[in-house]
Amino acid sequence: MMEGKYDYGPQRVGVAESLWRTRLRLLLRNLRQDWATFTSNRVGLVGLGIIVIYGLMGLAHPILMGWVWDPNVYDPVIVRALEYQAIPQAAPPSFSHPLGTDPLARDILSQLMFSAQAAFTLGTVAALVTVFIATPVGAVAAYYGGIIDALLMRFADIVIMLPPLSLLIILGAFFGLNLITLGVVIGIISGFGTTAVIVKSQALSIKVRPYIEAARVAGGNNWHIIFTHLIPNLIPLSFLYMMFTATAAIFSEAVLSFLGILDVRMSWGLMIHTSWRQGYLLSLGEFWWLIVPAGASITLLCGSFYLVGRALDEIINPRLRQL
Amino acid sequence: MAAYLLRRSLQSIITFLVFLTLVFFLVQAQPGDFTSFYVLDPKVTPESREAIRESFGLAKPVWQQYLIYVKNFFRGDFGVSFTQYPKPVLSVLVERLPRTALLFVTATVVSFYAGFALGKVIAWSRGKAVEYISTVGGVYLYTIFTPWLALVLIWLFAFRLGWFPVSKFIDPDLWVNATVDANLVFNLLILTAGVLLATVGLATFLLRLRQGRWRWPQSDALLLVVGLGFLGFIVLAWGLSGIGHLALDIVGHMVLPVLTLTLISFAGTMLLTRASMLETLREDYVLAARAKGLSERAVRDRHAARNALLPVVTSFVFSLAFAIDGSVIIETIFSWPGMGLTLVQSVQSEDLPLAVGAFVFTGLLALFAHLVADLLYLFLDPRVQRR
Repeated sequence: MMEGKYDYGPQRVGVAESLWRTRLRLLLRNLRQDWATFTSNRVGLVGLGIIVIYGLMGLAHPILMGWVWDPNVYDPVIVRALEYQAIPQAAPPSFSHPLGTDPLARDILSQLMFSAQAAFTLGTVAALVTVFIATPVGAVAAYYGGIIDALLMRFADIVIMLPPLSLLIILGAFFGLNLITLGVVIGIISGFGTTAVIVKSQALSIKVRPYIEAARVAGGNNWHIIFTHLIPNLIPLSFLYMMFTATAAIFSEAVLSFLGILDVRMSWGLMIHTSWRQGYLLSLGEFWWLIVPAGASITLLCGSFYLVGRALDEIINPRLRQL
Repeated sequence: MAAYLLRRSLQSIITFLVFLTLVFFLVQAQPGDFTSFYVLDPKVTPESREAIRESFGLAKPVWQQYLIYVKNFFRGDFGVSFTQYPKPVLSVLVERLPRTALLFVTATVVSFYAGFALGKVIAWSRGKAVEYISTVGGVYLYTIFTPWLALVLIWLFAFRLGWFPVSKFIDPDLWVNATVDANLVFNLLILTAGVLLATVGLATFLLRLRQGRWRWPQSDALLLVVGLGFLGFIVLAWGLSGIGHLALDIVGHMVLPVLTLTLISFAGTMLLTRASMLETLREDYVLAARAKGLSERAVRDRHAARNALLPVVTSFVFSLAFAIDGSVIIETIFSWPGMGLTLVQSVQSEDLPLAVGAFVFTGLLALFAHLVADLLYLFLDPRVQRR
């Protein structure tokens, strides 16, 4: 879009490479360097590995249900009346049920894999909503300053002040929340609140860089500068906060479905809720498969997103790099 | 300084009014109103429902309702709880708030001290196995699914080992013949905790003086003797009061929730201290301190850790604010009758006034903690003042 309007691309200088190709080459080189920094951090790699494993589990579930597992026995949500008698309830792990069955005779492994899909859906929705709100809000607030900045930041103060879990409980009780609406609400809270403030402070430091001044001198209008110069430079930071939002979203979902407030078909929190409400709490020793796999999954996935976020933080924030 | 204080307080008041408005319209946005509860009740005819609407002012225009709502709020009138009928919401909340407060202040203070002490050590051993293990462990402890950790701890300590009670606030068997109110004993406990905290603070201050100009060789031993004597006095006073075993019962019920909370928030403080230390380690004055030939310990504790303390202290205040929010989880699992359990129970039993009251109260506390954090920052970091 720029090349046609302002003719200052490299072609004029006589370099035989078009502008987009230069950009692509630079982008790839940066990505390679960042990947090298990322892989030098073993902690981040551990996190990435665990996320990939859970992602594969979520992807594998429909395949297993379609071709390998009998849907009458392995359905993660619905208890089929016929088989209900045949399958022992809360059965220990066996060859046909690798992680045992829950108090309603549903297969735990199937539930676990099905819930991984829910966790990823929620995390993705929340993270995307956060980025799509926080990046423009932060950029606009930093670029324009003055009254727009004051309004947006005071609003951010109010959003940050809201106690998030209590708010979600109240919303769940008043209006009912499902996975998508929960993701959107968490995204809005994070996007207008903490993330917007952090993105704005980064945008302030980018705003005073020479290339912004150059773009203005070249005749770029405000929206052009915000969208082609400011926001692309904010994307790495936003991406980092996508990770933290995903952690928060998965955790909140687990807590809400654990309390039985969320309207969700099956999730890790709901699995613990079921065992808790069916009175298996104090038999954790004998019935470990009812609580341990689900609880470990929530912890591992949340922790992994957080670890990846921290590893990305070291790439984005050079002050944290190892001396 | 005074101008900043004034501006910041004014800002907080406006923020709170916006919050209150938000909550009001959240309640308004629901389909129907309070009388909708009785739609299916054959004893309540449409006429009597209309009468209830009239008498509660629900038939008035929305803006009038809003003004009444705000006015009542500042009079301390949050309405009447549905489930505990004649009891006003405010008295329920006032009874439950100290329970949450004691639980969370104890846990936060313990985890803050432990987390800071460990965080500065692991930041110092950058790149060693200790750092990897404690960072990964800390992250998973920080993001661990709280209910799960609590359930495992209950199972282990309350069920298998039988050291502590499983849940609830008191043991009814013990209290059935008691002549005193559980709330009275509990308030006395809070008083004791407060006195203890103040004493520790004073002792730390005296130790500081000792490190400074006023060198006083015997002060260590003296402080120890006075401290132990004081602790002995408190234990003796409780033992002789005749309600000592009751107080012990409440304390016993507190141990597991406090342990769970400490484990979780301890990791957060540790990770934050580590990150903050890593930033200060790059400063020139750390290099200068090393160049002076100071011992590693002195560089770490006196030069790096003190400057790394700033964000940790702020997070401490914030975590107090959000503790009340997080109390929802812990209190539900341990059936500890505080603010969080009140919120969850009122939501589950559709006790709207109590739910809204608990939510507004939580928001109010969060706002207050933010204000305190800002002022503390001003006090700790003189660079903010100059701006």
